Amino acid sequence: MDDIVTYLLRQGDNALILSQRLSELCGKGPALEEDMALTNVALDLLGQTRMWYAYAAELEGAGRDEDRLAYHRDAHDFRNCLLVEQNNGNYADTMMRQFFFDTWHYFLIGALTRSGDARVREIAEKSLKEVTYHLRRSGDLIVRLGDGTDVSHAKTQAAADELWMYTGEFFNYDAVDQAMVAAGVAPAAEPLRAQWLAHVGDIFGEATLAMPSPEAWMQKGGKQGRHSEHLGYLLAEMQFLQRAYPGAEW
Amino acid sequence: MSAAAAGAVGVDQVWSWLAEVPDPEIPVISVVDLGIVRDVAVDGDGGCTVTITPTYSGCPAMQVIADAVTDALRERGVRRVELRTRLSPAWTTDWMSEEGKAKLKGYGIAPPAQRVVDISGLRKGGDLAAGVKRGAIAKPKVVCPHCGSSHTENTSQFGSTPCKALYKCLDCREPFDYFKCH
Repeated sequence: MDDIVTYLLRQGDNALILSQRLSELCGKGPALEEDMALTNVALDLLGQTRMWYAYAAELEGAGRDEDRLAYHRDAHDFRNCLLVEQNNGNYADTMMRQFFFDTWHYFLIGALTRSGDARVREIAEKSLKEVTYHLRRSGDLIVRLGDGTDVSHAKTQAAADELWMYTGEFFNYDAVDQAMVAAGVAPAAEPLRAQWLAHVGDIFGEATLAMPSPEAWMQKGGKQGRHSEHLGYLLAEMQFLQRAYPGAEW
Repeated sequence: MSAAAAGAVGVDQVWSWLAEVPDPEIPVISVVDLGIVRDVAVDGDGGCTVTITPTYSGCPAMQVIADAVTDALRERGVRRVELRTRLSPAWTTDWMSEEGKAKLKGYGIAPPAQRVVDISGLRKGGDLAAGVKRGAIAKPKVVCPHCGSSHTENTSQFGSTPCKALYKCLDCREPFDYFKCH
């Protein structure tokens, strides 16, 4: 598979899997406003998924479309980061996962608005406003939860400590990422990591949370198709219809 | 029999027909008011190409809008309608017409209150970090569409559709939708 197709699938897979996770909370949010917010964020991510998949499918030229990519691949074919497939847990877990992702997503999408690939640039420009809104919201909530009650502080700190090991993958560039940097499509890892650490540090400071060490041991493998056990369960639900009735259409 | 059915149709005519196609979620404004129709082209054979741009990436109304545009033109006798989607330049609420904003207000929805993110500035190397720094982001001054007071408060960043946030007026005490700057 061409490097750019893999790179585009990674973007689409991140957006789709996180969207699906957030959708699980539809009707179960801790408050009506949070319920609407989570599902709206899920919707934005789903729309972004379609733009990435549509472009990946076009370049691949193998006759697969957006639906085929979403519903007819098994876990080892997905290229999303491990962070986005982690379970929703409690609300602090959900929001910490979101905040870590949103921060990376925002700086990545911002950089991709300067990509050398015109279509990538267009998709990034389209997504940037949505991603900005997501990050402002999740950053706000981390401050409120961290600098809240003793219970919310403890849960938020625990969420940060637990999810931290999944954040290294964003900046752990493999041959595909490096080829994309060399081709001028994607931004380099180091400046992105510096921006990510700075923003997470700012928000954690305001939230009175202790930031885990940037040098801590990090998980990896999601981008290469080696996933945690959680992804299989997620796909089993998301892909049920197409597995039971392959090719079914509305 | 309409003029269109007899042959070519005028670009201005198509624009005026599109101005009658309501947004499915907010029926007081048209798809033209909303600023999502980017281009209209006609050929000499009674065919018409309409280029639209999506509002929010995942807005479920986009498919309904696309169908409504096609149906409206077919009903008026346009024989062939082709719909194209264009991503760039990205749609922002700045594309909404002043008339559209006035109609929103009349309908009880506060229109977008400020200019949106300057994407071109970001591309030229603008400071991304500043865009998400807490406290540095100016809160929009949202005016209550019911009583005109600017003494209002955000109650939820997301509302009933992706394009809206929820506010309440601290003077007349009415809750209202705000079409957010985007």
